[in-house]
Parts: sequence; C-alpha cells; structure tokens
Amino acid sequence: MAARHKSIETKYYEERDKVLKALRNCDRRTFLRLSAAAAGAVLAKGLTPPHSFQLVEVVQAAVEKGGSETGAGGNRPFRFAYISDTHLYERTLNQRFVRAIVKAVDDVNALDPQPDFVLFGGDLAQLGEPSQLELGKQILSGLKAPVKMMVGEHDWFLDLGNKWQEMFGPPTYSFDWKGVHVVVLMSVNEKDFWTARKMSAEERMQTVAGLDNPIQSRFEVGERQRQWLKDDLSKVSLTTPILIFSHSPLYKYYRPWNFWTEDADEVQAILRPYSRVVVIHGHTHQMLFNQIGNISFYGMLSTAWPWPYAPEGLPALTVQMNRADPFDQFDGCGDGQATVRTDGLVDTIYNLWDRNPVTVKADYLVSGGKRDKPPAPQFASY
Amino acid sequence: MESGKKIIAAALIGAVAGATVVYLKFAGQSPLAYATPLLKHRLPPARNGGTVIQLCDGATSTEVRGLKPGQRMSREQALEVSRELMAQWQRKHPDQHWIMADSRSPAIGTQTQADSAAGSATPSNAVDGEPTASPSTAAAQSQQGDTYASFHKRDFMIFQAETENFVEQGRRIFHSAKLLGGTIGVSCDMCHPDAANTHPETYPKYQEQLQRVALLRDMINWCIENPVKGKTLDANDPRLRALEAYILAQRKGVPLAYGKH
Repeated sequence: MAARHKSIETKYYEERDKVLKALRNCDRRTFLRLSAAAAGAVLAKGLTPPHSFQLVEVVQAAVEKGGSETGAGGNRPFRFAYISDTHLYERTLNQRFVRAIVKAVDDVNALDPQPDFVLFGGDLAQLGEPSQLELGKQILSGLKAPVKMMVGEHDWFLDLGNKWQEMFGPPTYSFDWKGVHVVVLMSVNEKDFWTARKMSAEERMQTVAGLDNPIQSRFEVGERQRQWLKDDLSKVSLTTPILIFSHSPLYKYYRPWNFWTEDADEVQAILRPYSRVVVIHGHTHQMLFNQIGNISFYGMLSTAWPWPYAPEGLPALTVQMNRADPFDQFDGCGDGQATVRTDGLVDTIYNLWDRNPVTVKADYLVSGGKRDKPPAPQFASY
Repeated sequence: MESGKKIIAAALIGAVAGATVVYLKFAGQSPLAYATPLLKHRLPPARNGGTVIQLCDGATSTEVRGLKPGQRMSREQALEVSRELMAQWQRKHPDQHWIMADSRSPAIGTQTQADSAAGSATPSNAVDGEPTASPSTAAAQSQQGDTYASFHKRDFMIFQAETENFVEQGRRIFHSAKLLGGTIGVSCDMCHPDAANTHPETYPKYQEQLQRVALLRDMINWCIENPVKGKTLDANDPRLRALEAYILAQRKGVPLAYGKH
C-alpha cells in the first residue's frame, strides 16, 4: 500500500505486544499491579468478557515440532501461513472485505518467528475485475514473508485467467521446500456452459460466482493438468512428502455448491502411491478436514464470510466450527498457519477471529479420529 | 382463458424438465411482478340503511334491511341471506352447476386431496368421475358445496404455478444485491447458498443481539440493513414477502421448531 496507516488490528496487536513484553519481564508484584490496571481499564470501558483482552491467562502458543530437528530424508520442519478467499470488490464499493484482508495481513505479519511463506488460497477478487485483483496484490504486498499465489474461480472466469496470469504467472507450478515437494494446482476448471447460452464475460463470471447457481459446470483439474501432475511427481521418490495446494477440495463433499472436484478420484489415484500426501484447499470457507487413504485434507478459512456446512456429504472426521454470529463481521472468518513436520504430516491452526484458535493435529486425521480430537462445537449447523 | 392455459403449459414444462426450465421461464419477468397490492373486496354502499353482505366471489352482494352494524342476524335470517346470494350467483352463472358430491366420495378439498393434486397433478375427485371410498361419510357431507370442493386439477396447477412464480421472484431478489437495494455488492446467497443457515423454522425466537423476540422478517431486514448495506423493507413490501416465500420454500419438510437456538 502506498500510504501506510496503522489499522485498528495493528494498533491492537502493538498494544498487546507491549503488555506481553512487560509481563515477561516483571515480578509477581508488578504482574498483579498490571492485572489490576487492566481489569480497571476494562471496567472503565464498560466491557465484559469475552469482548476484551484480559490478563487472566497468558497463553504462549508454542510451535509444534514433529519429532527430531531433522527428519529421515534430511528434511526440516517448517511453518507456513495462509490467507484465503478474500473476495475483494473495489475499495470504494466495499470496505468490509478490505478490512478483513488487512486484518489477516496484520495477523500474519505479527507472527514471530515469521512463517517460511504465505499461501494465498484463491478468490482474491469477487468478480475477477483487474481493479479487484490489483487491490488484492497491493494489500498482500504488505506481507513480510514471501507469498505463493493460487487461483480461485472468482479470479478466473471474467477473462479466463488472462489478468491473473499476467499479474501472478502460471496458475500451476511446483517447488521443493525443506525436503517436501509442494504443488500448486488450478483446480477450478469448468466445462464451457457459456458459449451455447451466448453469455457475456460478465454473465459467465456472475454465474460462477453464484455458489448455488446450477447452470455452471462442476470443478475439475482436467486431463491435461492431471498428466502434468503425473509427470511432475515422477521426478520425486515415493517417500518424499507431497504438499498440494488446490482451491477446490480434491474430494467429493457436496456437488450442488461445487464443494467438489469432478475428477477427484483420478487425482487421488495419482497421489495414492506416495506415502505422505497433504492437501490444503480453499473455497469452502469453514473448518473442514478429511482423510482418504494416505491423503489428509484441510480446508482453509475465508477472510470475507463463512459458509454454512452443506446439508449432506460432510466428512465424518470434520469437527464443525460453531455457528457464526452474523452480528460480528469477523466471526467464523480468519486465517491460519500450518506446521509441516519432518515426516511430512501437517498440524494446522485455524485462527478464527474473535474466538479461540483451533489446532487440528495430523495425528487426529491419521488415527481416524481416535487421538487429539479438536473441541466439539456448542452450536452445530441447523 | 388464454393466460390460464399459458400458466398450465408452463407448469407442465417445469414439472417435466426440471429446474433449468424454471430458470429460463422466469428470466424475462419483472422482479416486481408482485408489486401490486393484494386484492380487496369492495362492498357497495347500503342503499336502504341496512348492512351489505357479500359472497366470497367479491361481486355478488345483498343488503339486509334493518340490520345495523354490530347486530347479529337470527339463524333464519342468515339462511335467507345465503340462499339469496347463491340464487343471485346461479342467475349470473347459468352454466355452472353446484355439484352435490356423492356421499361415498371423499371430501374433495381435504388435506390429502389438495396435497396429491398439487404434488403429482393427478387428483381424483367426484368431478373427474373417480370417486373413492371415504372413511368418513359425515365429513364428506359436511363439506359438500364448500369453496375447496369446487377446485379441480386445473386449479391446483394454477395455484402451484403461481406459488412457484412467487418463490422464483424471491430467489432472484435473494441472489441480487441490486434488487435488494444493497450498496456494497453483497447479496443474501453469498452467505446463504440455497438459503442454507437461514432456519426460518426456528422463528419466532428471542434474538439476543436485537434484545427482542424476532420473526424471520426481522432477521431478513437486519441482514439487508447491515451486511447488505441497504434500506430495510416495509413488512408489506413485495420484495420482503417474496424473500420470505423463497426462504420458506427451501425448508419444505423441516419440522417447525419455533424458539429453537
């Protein structure tokens, strides 16, 4: 951003950091004085928990480490953060979604130590407009850590990816990171539903943007990209941990909303020979996880809005997040981080705004839900 | 009636070809086709200082002499009034016959009949010559000649098409920031695909954030005012009515559970 100003979130974090730093260096007497002062401030503002930050308990989230410092294959654990599904309109039209992505950028910048990289999970724009994509790029440029971009259907279907690729490069690529093979897919291809209907580019985009619009086609990775994936993976050994980023879930959850990839079975078949595969996906805007054979799946949170759980098809291992409070813009939204262990498994933290973060450990998924079950929601979906 | 035929044809096509056809069918219609106010019966003025009583057709009426507002008629007087109204109606419709149902046939307008006619478009009733044995002869007799008994297969198809049309208007508004009067590009479906998580069956219920018992329409208006950033709609606004229709239609079969959190 050209004119950097401190957002509310930045100021909040700075204040919190200041207090935490003071706490770390204080003796018991000073601690009590600080607590009393904080409690007094809370009372004076007429706030009651849980709406305020209180010095009742200080939790230091420790970075989980998977076993030894260096894994068998010479790989080291690493951590990445994600921001996903920001659905930006132009700043002049809609401030709500801008506030949310800025809050996520602030969150990630406040991580100490910084993650190795930040994955952007797709749907940067709401309707694929160049102005929307550019606004997103500008805000993401405020991140301290390097950013890996992934495309979503909201970025793609206005001009079939022209602007996005001009700005961010090819949507399908892979790289190696600390012993892990990382693949980014373009998994939101749709069959041509627009030509026969003589739709304009805007109508095509609007149709895809409607989650429940039945006219559009189902998402797919597509034959060409599946072949690319096969070729790409043939260069790594079967024991190399594989980390896949995909906007659509890469399994079949709920077809009417495209919580779904039509050729998911074929893609999973390509991944099956590898001993450790983790898929991180966007699009579903909710706490969502699944295990199919050797593949662990984690859905990312959106910054813009949460989506309700679909009426059927929810993976049995998913522990629902509590219903979102519509009166709180940020509730049910957020960002997250993941620790890739030396064995290639991934522990994720769902950083739900205005709530306690939820950690979902790899062991929960690979044990079939027997170990490390995340806390159950108080209010599940209707 | 030409328009009646059109509606029936549309309903048939819709039933056969499914949702896609419904989308196309309504594509050209004004989103505010339901903007006209509800019909009201207009009574003619009393000419002889009595009280005017009207038939449910909204057109046939008679004046009861000497009956002041608030006064009750005797049973004999009431029967005389209804006979007079029916006689007038029959004079106006010489070709219409008031069917006296066979006492063995079911009451035509019972819940089951209405459901099967509306749902499968294959009603069986006395008019169609398909009488079936009634479990309750008394019930059948007591309902002879009432309003519901005069509905035929065609009527139910029209009712269904009209209802679907109303729901469809709601669907379009639900999916359009513009029609909702939103100012920031946000529409209902962005958080509620297929109206999911709107749970209309749980109202009325106490809404802590509003500090009152809320109805579905209160929450619709809250959403229009806040995330959608539009102006709240009047309770009789056709857009609000259509939105309610669409939302309720998505929860067909879900048990009512007012007050549920």
